[in-house]
Amino acid sequence: MTAATLNLRSRSPFDFAFAVLMVIACGIAFARYNPYMDYYEQAILLGATLALIAFGWFWRAMRTFLPVCALVALTGIYIYQGDLARGQTAFWLKYMLASQSLVMWMCVCFFLATAMFWLGMLRRSATALSIGVGLTWAAATAALSSALVRWYESYLIGSDVGHIPVSNLYEVFVLFCLITSLMYLYYAARFNARSMGAFVLLVISAAVGFILWYTFDRQAHEIQPLIPALQSWWMKIHVPANFIGYGAFALSAMLGVAQLLVSRGILTTRLPSYDTLGEVMYKAISVGFLFFTIATILGAAWAADAWGGYWSWDPKETWALIVWLNYAAWLHVRLVKGWRGEVLAWWSVVGLLVTTFAFLGVNMFLSGLHSYGGL
Amino acid sequence: MKTRRYIPFRHALYDLLSSMRFAISLLVVLSIASIIGTVLKQNEPYSNYHFEFGDFWFSIFEPIGLFDVYHAGWFLGILGFLVVSLSLCIYRHLPGFVREIKSYRASATANSLQLMQHHASGAGTPDQAAVLAHLKTAGFRWKIRDEDGAVLIAAKRGSWQKLGYFFAHSAMIVIFVGGLMDGNLPLKIRELFGNKVAETRDLPQSKVPPQSRLDAGNGSFRGNVTLAEGGGADVVFINSGNGYFVQELPFVLKLKQFHVEHYSTGQPKKFASDIEVLDRVSGKRITSGTVEVNKPLVVDGVAIYQSSFGDGGSGLTFARWDLATGQKTALAGRSQAAQAIRIGNDDYTLETGDLRVFNIENMGKPAAQTSTVAVSQLEQTLQSARSVKADHNLRNLGPSIQFKLRDSAGQATEYLNYLAPFNDEGTLYLVTGMRRAVSDAFAFVRIPLDDAAEVDTFQRLRATLLDAKNWPEIARRTADKAFKDGAFSATNHREFQAVAQNVLQQFALGGFPALERFLDAKVPKEQRQNVAQTYLKILQGAAIDAMELAQQRAGLPTLTMDAAHYRFLMDSLVANSALFDYGPPVYLQPTGFTEVKSSGFQLTRSPGKNIVYLGSILLVLGIFCMFYVREERLWLRMAGGRTLIAMSSNRRNRDFDREFERHRDALLPQEPGDAA
Ligand code: HEM
Repeated sequence: MTAATLNLRSRSPFDFAFAVLMVIACGIAFARYNPYMDYYEQAILLGATLALIAFGWFWRAMRTFLPVCALVALTGIYIYQGDLARGQTAFWLKYMLASQSLVMWMCVCFFLATAMFWLGMLRRSATALSIGVGLTWAAATAALSSALVRWYESYLIGSDVGHIPVSNLYEVFVLFCLITSLMYLYYAARFNARSMGAFVLLVISAAVGFILWYTFDRQAHEIQPLIPALQSWWMKIHVPANFIGYGAFALSAMLGVAQLLVSRGILTTRLPSYDTLGEVMYKAISVGFLFFTIATILGAAWAADAWGGYWSWDPKETWALIVWLNYAAWLHVRLVKGWRGEVLAWWSVVGLLVTTFAFLGVNMFLSGLHSYGGL
Repeated sequence: MKTRRYIPFRHALYDLLSSMRFAISLLVVLSIASIIGTVLKQNEPYSNYHFEFGDFWFSIFEPIGLFDVYHAGWFLGILGFLVVSLSLCIYRHLPGFVREIKSYRASATANSLQLMQHHASGAGTPDQAAVLAHLKTAGFRWKIRDEDGAVLIAAKRGSWQKLGYFFAHSAMIVIFVGGLMDGNLPLKIRELFGNKVAETRDLPQSKVPPQSRLDAGNGSFRGNVTLAEGGGADVVFINSGNGYFVQELPFVLKLKQFHVEHYSTGQPKKFASDIEVLDRVSGKRITSGTVEVNKPLVVDGVAIYQSSFGDGGSGLTFARWDLATGQKTALAGRSQAAQAIRIGNDDYTLETGDLRVFNIENMGKPAAQTSTVAVSQLEQTLQSARSVKADHNLRNLGPSIQFKLRDSAGQATEYLNYLAPFNDEGTLYLVTGMRRAVSDAFAFVRIPLDDAAEVDTFQRLRATLLDAKNWPEIARRTADKAFKDGAFSATNHREFQAVAQNVLQQFALGGFPALERFLDAKVPKEQRQNVAQTYLKILQGAAIDAMELAQQRAGLPTLTMDAAHYRFLMDSLVANSALFDYGPPVYLQPTGFTEVKSSGFQLTRSPGKNIVYLGSILLVLGIFCMFYVREERLWLRMAGGRTLIAMSSNRRNRDFDREFERHRDALLPQEPGDAA
């Protein structure tokens, strides 16, 4: 991937236009916020710009997706005019562009997409599948834009309250939906396997259900200021890295379910082939494993700053280790022992249970240093 | 008959330990073992475990280390096996992989190439320079062999993948070694070989004997110490099983000041300690600075972290109200201390706990929102789902102090008393909580305050109500008022007065519950409801008269009976009733404090940290290389006017198929051939 991505000669004008746009955006951000940034943050801004360019070059759809999300978010921010109360009065914010409205649109689009995928798969309707993919893109756009708008809204609540929205369970659930759906979109295009969506969107819909419950029952969508333990820039990279891992593992588990069905002769002609499912599953787990490794290491670096030790055998840490060991074992079984069969599919399904426990269960049932992530 | 082949035990063991099967089993076993420690809370005081599991299970769980799983011998053993397995695995693969990395497999024959899954051939021979240029841009390195008229270009790329294997797997050994350096294994070994023993008694630090002290030269440690403002320490405490060690520091740590900042919404924003680090011997200042959560200060290889905070022994003053007589005296004390106190004829110990200066409570949604009618409920819900700004009703209840009164038999009652009045829609109360067991919730009593926002009037009323000498007088006044118009006869008056006196007496015995017990015992069930109503009315009336009497005796003006004062009296009755179940008859009303804060620090020396980080970087690099670098080999064999191309990779997938097609199309001459 890297060599091909960075090969300048194979780049199209569109690629360069995208890169220039990103550099301009970075420049504007730098010019406006430079006085508020320390060296780390300046380095992060630069790093983020380069990473986004690389991302857009690696996956071309991002060259449209990212600017569109930025545009949606900027429109919302513009309408706010620096006054949070306008979220309840200005028409476009109230129904469309406030972060919570965008989240609601995301929820709606994901539910509809799920329905379309099932329809398209069962009826073998290419149109329905296309609509499903379109709705998934729309949902992902709403998700990313909502996060950006929310980021801005947090500063409207108080300049000391503002922070990137990856600090509590509600915000990371939106992130989870975003990442999982993008990964699906990537693999669906790459392997020409859209019908996987019927299964992948199920797990996203479950997350969406959780978001809705969490909003209406617990008012978890309210922006809370960061408690001292969370005021660390490690958090800003630790959490997203973790969720790339969780998203990938969730995706692979759903493909595991699909693979198990196919191997029993169910939906065989409607789903991608057994081998394709297995390959995507492997790809997703390896991406997930890499990022999960990075996330765990970042978590350790953060813990070393916040708690005085990079590893304390806190339940959350320990469960991260369990998840990690589990997928390490999975990879070895596949790669070194050369297994391809159902055991791997079952294993990745069980892997999701383990992951979910690490992600939610620990917060609900076990107490520890991570208690601020509680339900 | 087959002869059994003899495999030396050594080899069998090596095969087992370096096998994949063993490695995978270890990963799974390690996961499962790790779960135990997350389900069972670790490193609690042993008494908690005794209580939870009983003596029998405790005596089984304790020796196998279930209360500190991650430091138990067997757990470290599993980790050790993993390291052995990894080392042997690397050792086993090293020679083969090195050979692979070096070799170009230039000895491949046409036959062996044709056996590969990815091969194709065509007529004609491509221009060698062009081939090499193509290979070069694609990142291949190659070797050319010219033999018997056949030219073989053997190329390969992606050796980093194999290197990735070494990186990732040796990284785990590196991390483990680093972790071991910082863990408590060295201490465990010193304990095992006898010269160090954890102290289990609660001793002043200076009295802890040498076998439980660790000198400042100790390579790695992680301990805690709590300092009051102005205080200092040259040791930290390390928990170990049921006891602790005293770790000497290479310096003296002094806390100048601790501060907390809050957001406008009331949540804590910053915990910070201004500290000074002094030389142990000369007392000279080495450095000073501020330690915050997420911002430790490193001195002399020792990192100082902000880990907790609290009250460091603040000066307190109380108004001590004798609940039997209404007498008020002053009492001075200090938080987190104990002092003797005599209540009535009994001796008690007053054990003060923490002073908390801020008590920010969420009082639920503001009243205006909860009282909306059902019709707009949906609209309400939607609106609140749309708004990201919390509009909770946060309220600072002000300073509170928690303390226990322990009698001579060791029984304690715990209290939580607030200093500032609680304003409930314009009416002021002082709130005091009481509980008999730590596991109970506090039962709160709201003592109503008088016009001057003081407790005095309430206490005056209470003393008057509870004093038997006053009952006849109060009862007479109550009866007089009831018969003011003279409508009833004198006998009725006397009867009424007797009833009123009885009501007062019952109430003085134990508040409303005592009255109820009396009704239950003396009044037939059918009439109870009615009688209770009447008694309550009489009591309310009597309260007014008692108040009047109390004021007159104290030489104070009587209260005008307006709504506020009436409410005051009714609240007083409720509070009085509740105070019968309040433990020792004394109410300690906090009246002031001089705050001294304390700050908890964690101090660590972890020489393995950088090793662990180095290992982590190796791990990420290694995993990346293994996943995203594909080791590929490509052969181009040109002989007799025909060209054969073949490729192999140790990861075969769709990407590789595409790679092969790309190179085939670029390198094979363009005549139609028998592509495979
Ligand atoms: C915590 C422990 C371990 C972790 C995290 C780990 C990680 C990995 C990863 C991520 C891969 C690449 C898999 C792929 O590309 O799909 C791999 C490959 C491999 N691992 Fe491990 N491993 C661990 C322990 C072990 C042990 C104990 C052994 C030896 C018995 C071992 C032997 C191998 C081998 C032989 C390969 C294949 C290398 C190749 O052909 O490129 N691993 N390991």
